[in-house]
Amino acid sequence: MKIIVCVKQVPDTTDVKLDPVTGTLIRDGIPSIINPDDKAAIEAALRIKDNNPETIVTILSMGPPQADVALREALAMGADEAVLLTDRQFGGSDTWATSSIIAAAIKKMDYDLIIAGRQAIDGDTAQVGPQIAEHLGIPQVSYVSGVEFEDGKLIVNRSFEDGYHRIEISCPCLITVLAELNEPRYMTVGRVFDAYRTLQVKRWGYEDIKGSISLSNMGLKGSPTKVKKSFTKPVKGHGEIHEVSADEAVDVIMRKLREKNIIR
Amino acid sequence: MSKNVYVFIEQRDGVVQKVSLELLGKASTLAKVLGQEVVAVLLGKGIAPIAQTLIGYGANEAIYVDDEILSVYVTEPYTKALTQIIKDRGPEIFLYGATSIGRDLAPRVSARIHTGLTADCTSLEIDGGSNLLLMTRPAFGGNIMATIVCEEHRPQMATVRPGVFEPFVLDLKASGVVTEIKVDFTDADMNIKILEVVKEKKQAKDISDAKILISGGRGIGGAEGFEMLQGLADAMGGEVSSSRACVDAGWILRDRQVGQTGKTVRPECYIACGISGAIQHLAGMEGSDYIIAINKNNTAPIFEASDLGIVGDVNVILPKLTAAVEKYKKEAL
Repeated sequence: MKIIVCVKQVPDTTDVKLDPVTGTLIRDGIPSIINPDDKAAIEAALRIKDNNPETIVTILSMGPPQADVALREALAMGADEAVLLTDRQFGGSDTWATSSIIAAAIKKMDYDLIIAGRQAIDGDTAQVGPQIAEHLGIPQVSYVSGVEFEDGKLIVNRSFEDGYHRIEISCPCLITVLAELNEPRYMTVGRVFDAYRTLQVKRWGYEDIKGSISLSNMGLKGSPTKVKKSFTKPVKGHGEIHEVSADEAVDVIMRKLREKNIIR
Repeated sequence: MSKNVYVFIEQRDGVVQKVSLELLGKASTLAKVLGQEVVAVLLGKGIAPIAQTLIGYGANEAIYVDDEILSVYVTEPYTKALTQIIKDRGPEIFLYGATSIGRDLAPRVSARIHTGLTADCTSLEIDGGSNLLLMTRPAFGGNIMATIVCEEHRPQMATVRPGVFEPFVLDLKASGVVTEIKVDFTDADMNIKILEVVKEKKQAKDISDAKILISGGRGIGGAEGFEMLQGLADAMGGEVSSSRACVDAGWILRDRQVGQTGKTVRPECYIACGISGAIQHLAGMEGSDYIIAINKNNTAPIFEASDLGIVGDVNVILPKLTAAVEKYKKEAL
């Protein structure tokens, strides 16, 4: 069994704060983390490996050279190999181009199963996983909240807003998983040592994948979508603030609720 | 030449999802600006009668594919059907709900067709000069908004979050065309095997449909805090929702979560109790008509987004407020 796990390094936006003066994101000191859904993807692969020790888990990421840290962390959790796709030609890619680059790299690798996180917390698009599957021409199941792998059979729970489907899917295939799928394991001291001393993060650029993708399908010019403008969201602007006793506070709230016809 | 605004109509067990009607309403506005028409696309089994009703919700044409293989959502058959329709018809714009189905289907279609896709849009407009679709979405946790265009590829595709646009008002006098389209499915198109379809009973009303939401954050202190919130919700006829922190802490189920990674809500009244107001949270609730925040910390960012801010202890104020609402309602009878 060969598993490729697609991960993205993201800023830890769960702790992002606003600059009260400019209203923009305070990015300084925000640590980079492995995207939470992707971390669940790593754990899902490692659990299959726990029960099937011959399994090889390869971590694949696209990003700047700093993303090396995220890949080392995955190695320290127990992954076998790591590949970082990094090249200036890849910069500015939208989801279509990103998925094309990642799929081109995967075409150079052996795999039975690809596991990705459902979506990344910085972009929240949930598009790259399904698009990789399409570029590779393999079946996909996204929003996976349960994974069983026994006797070479993969059975997953696919979440919907109103329930779930239990689905059997044959390899090769791609699944995207939700963070609540599992509790990712910690790195072990020995593995951290290995991750930095004996294991390697391979770096692939355009030259390494050019047989399976053309330059015109990557980067800014290979992206069907373009950012026309970006702007800070106008805040509602705060209304009245009362710092009063609990009883007075209740009176103020009740008056407003009646005025606004919220309670009748 | 690409033409017309297409909407993927999501039905589950024969029930059209509200977001699809919201999209038909928006599509009508966009089509009017372009001088084009709205086409609703419905996939399923035994859904022909539903296709007719879509005319009343703003579609000039409703096309449907009726096939056993489409009875339950599976990525490949749905992708195949939409791909065929897009190739035959050449839509200018194609819109999907940003649901767990739309967000699985639309990227697969975009990769197959080779066109752009913008996720989770909160605003769609036509650019006056170029006639391009301006797709605006939150990025980087919701604080930065980005307007995306797809200049050279067609259709221009977007997913839109439920609850962002107003649903179209039903017009029973509207006229339009209903067209059946045949797709040649093969057994190989069913490339996964559904072993079981499990429906989970909703424990309470969907928070995105609630008119009043009493929402709890870390400041309510624990899972018990939600019982206090439920008391006020019951008194006011609302529902209880939550910030991400409480969901992560296991105090409440994920289907109650408001925000960037949860649900977008726009109730008539949103009462934020002990919620500090991380931008991810604000992104999911700032469309609410009237926002009340109760928080101990007078510098909490939630106050920046509120119509009425109360600096105080939610655990003291809420029981008193609940009692006051109950008393008021009793006297009003």
